[in-house]
Amino acid sequence: MKAKHRFIASIIVLGLLMTGPFCITSLLIWLDMKDAEREMLTRLLLQRLPIGTMMTLFGFGIGVLVLHKLFKQYVEGLLRMSETLRLMLGANRNFRVSPEGPPEVQQLAIAANDLAEQRNQLMDDVDAQIARAKASVEEEKNRLAALMSELAQAVVVCNLDGRILLYNNRARLQFKALALGPTSVSGGALIGLGRSIFSILDKSQVEHAQEVIRGRLAGGKTPISNFITSTRGGQLLRVQMVPVLAAGNDGEHSMRGFVLTVENITRSLEQEARRDQVMHSLTEGTRASLGNIRAAVGNLIDYPDMDAELRERFVKVVDDEAAKMSRSLDQTMGEFSDSMKARWPLEDILAIDIIAAAERRINDKLKLPTKTEDIDDALWIKADSYSLVFALTFLASRLQDHYEPRELRFRLTNEGKLAYLDLIWAGPAMSSETFYTWEMDAMQIGSENSPLSLRDVIDRHGGEIWYQREKAAHRAYFRFVLPLATPEAIGESEERQRGSGRPEYYDFDLFSTRDTTIDLDRKLSDLAYTVFDTETTGLEPSNGDEIIQIGAARIVNNRLLRQEIFDQIVDPEIPLKPESIPIHGITEDMVLGKPNIDVVLPAFHAFCEDTVLIAHNAAFDMRFLQLKEERTGLRFTQPVLDTLLLSAVIHPNQESHKLDVILERLGIKIDSRHNALEDAWATGEVFLKMVPLLEEKGIVTVRQAIEASAQTRFARVTY
Amino acid sequence: MSKKILIVDDEPNIVISLEFLMKKEGFQVAVAGDGEEALAKVASFAPDLLLLDVMMPKKSGFEVCEALRTDSANSALKIVMLTAKGRETEVAKGLAIGADAYVTKPFSTKDLVVRVKELLGAV
Repeated sequence: MKAKHRFIASIIVLGLLMTGPFCITSLLIWLDMKDAEREMLTRLLLQRLPIGTMMTLFGFGIGVLVLHKLFKQYVEGLLRMSETLRLMLGANRNFRVSPEGPPEVQQLAIAANDLAEQRNQLMDDVDAQIARAKASVEEEKNRLAALMSELAQAVVVCNLDGRILLYNNRARLQFKALALGPTSVSGGALIGLGRSIFSILDKSQVEHAQEVIRGRLAGGKTPISNFITSTRGGQLLRVQMVPVLAAGNDGEHSMRGFVLTVENITRSLEQEARRDQVMHSLTEGTRASLGNIRAAVGNLIDYPDMDAELRERFVKVVDDEAAKMSRSLDQTMGEFSDSMKARWPLEDILAIDIIAAAERRINDKLKLPTKTEDIDDALWIKADSYSLVFALTFLASRLQDHYEPRELRFRLTNEGKLAYLDLIWAGPAMSSETFYTWEMDAMQIGSENSPLSLRDVIDRHGGEIWYQREKAAHRAYFRFVLPLATPEAIGESEERQRGSGRPEYYDFDLFSTRDTTIDLDRKLSDLAYTVFDTETTGLEPSNGDEIIQIGAARIVNNRLLRQEIFDQIVDPEIPLKPESIPIHGITEDMVLGKPNIDVVLPAFHAFCEDTVLIAHNAAFDMRFLQLKEERTGLRFTQPVLDTLLLSAVIHPNQESHKLDVILERLGIKIDSRHNALEDAWATGEVFLKMVPLLEEKGIVTVRQAIEASAQTRFARVTY
Repeated sequence: MSKKILIVDDEPNIVISLEFLMKKEGFQVAVAGDGEEALAKVASFAPDLLLLDVMMPKKSGFEVCEALRTDSANSALKIVMLTAKGRETEVAKGLAIGADAYVTKPFSTKDLVVRVKELLGAV
């Protein structure tokens, strides 16, 4: 029976107690009396009935007040206390009951707090032990993750369903670069733990590769498979697959997942295609002209007695076609000079790194001091760093042998698309013959030999080298001219700043989860969620207020993934209300030039795919999304959980369910809460704390959570 | 009566040589500048042999060859394809769709004359 019902029952009992004995006694006396006595009594009583009733009512009133006070203090006070005790038991074990109310209740509160204190110490001990045990396992995992994240190759590990359980930074950047249009605003949302790799790679190709690997495993061959696939954006990826094997019972290896290494080969294929084009234009393009010349010349030779006019015409054909061939040759060389270079694996490298390496070698090998001057430290060049450093050291050793300079200097400048790397020394002029032999001889530094000459190295780099004097300064230098590289833009610094802990790039527990589709009857802890928050121009979506920011993060396998986020400011296309600016901190300048909701919403929709949505006071945010359904044609049909309602489910007797209050109540510390993303994170933390609390209440599945939410009084608020 | 040869090519610089050469060898010669004209001239001029360039505007040599071979009236017509494309796959294609010979540019005029005469049974 509920406390309220018991209170009402008590009042009824009180009323009965106060009137019952009197009434029964009166009835008994009445039955015993004669008619005349009854008449007299009636007269007597009727006169005095008001005062009697008043007295009874007064007594009843006092009784009710006392009862109510006792109820408040003992029953409701204890109820509140039991709620806080549950809180201590579950979410926040540092929470303490505040001793209030009558002395007995206060005693109970103090005793409970003492118990909690003792339990805290015990738990700390246990926690410490568990932490020690876990640490070594965790360290191993972290080492693996760190190793993966630093690899220069893009690596993705998936379970057999194609769900991603690990990816490294390179993969993230590579797929981010692949993201088309709207998805690019979500920071590479396509890739993420628990997401399907098939949103990026063609499913049938991946499955075919799996088949190939199974076949190779069965045949006792190296289990590996390669394929080339094109993305929706027309980029070409070369993918290599190797299996993740688990030992079966009979010693057979069964495949539990697979590792993909992915390389974007679009660029190199383009180069190959251009090379093909050159070959084509140089062979077939020449054939026709050469054919014309040959036929004309054949006639001239075979029929020497032809008339002068005809001879003239044949000679003109030869002249014509020869000129045409020269022109086309020039054109081809001009157009394709980049592709004509010898193919030598050159990498994009910072030129100062080359200089630093060369300085170290020169100091070590030749004991010759070096300095730098006028260095542009932001120049990227295309280089084979080993041979280039070898060449620099070789020149330094020749200089040392011939001119014994006291020191060498490096200078690094650039001019247009070229980098100038100068090796400078003070000394007499050298003859061009000397330099010519240095250029053409195979390089040698002490006992170290290279099969290459300096000229070979320069040619490989598609560069040039010359000797020049600075007369005024009485010094000379060798100038290496090298083509600049345009390194792929990689926003790594920004990626690294986010979150201080290790990046959540892996979750090996996903190996066993085979299904992440939304099923309302699955456990809350098993599903993938998107926690999100919006900032808006105002509080009235139905009155024209618009979204100006969406922030979201994902929860997979009971972890809030801080790397997989959606964080986008939206141009509302209406003026911001000045009074709202201090609340969300977004100014006109910040929304200027940002995509509008038509661009952002599809990206957000894709980000949320296959997840349950969570927001604090979700009804408000969902209203904004629903109002855009018609315009964008996007419907958010997935189930929605609301941390405000869930809080009311867990703590129905607490007054406030504001996010700040809940955070404090559940003992969650948040660095800062300023924008949509940080609020989404906070909401995510709150939800994760709530899952076990809901479980205590018997709310285990999403369906139960939604049903319980709908029962709370807050569920009736609409926007 | 001398045999008739139709030269089909859009490049005047080769047409002049071929025309001169074939006339010197005693053939009657006509010239067509593209595929469509070639089909018309085959009907009006009734040549015994076609010197057919592959790369032409409007209709390629392959198309002309295919069109001619579908009509059994032309079965006696000899077709020599001339091309600047030297790929084996194209040679195979040309021969498959009914060319009697496939000559890759540049070619020796003497050899061409020999091939033409062989095909016309005039040696």
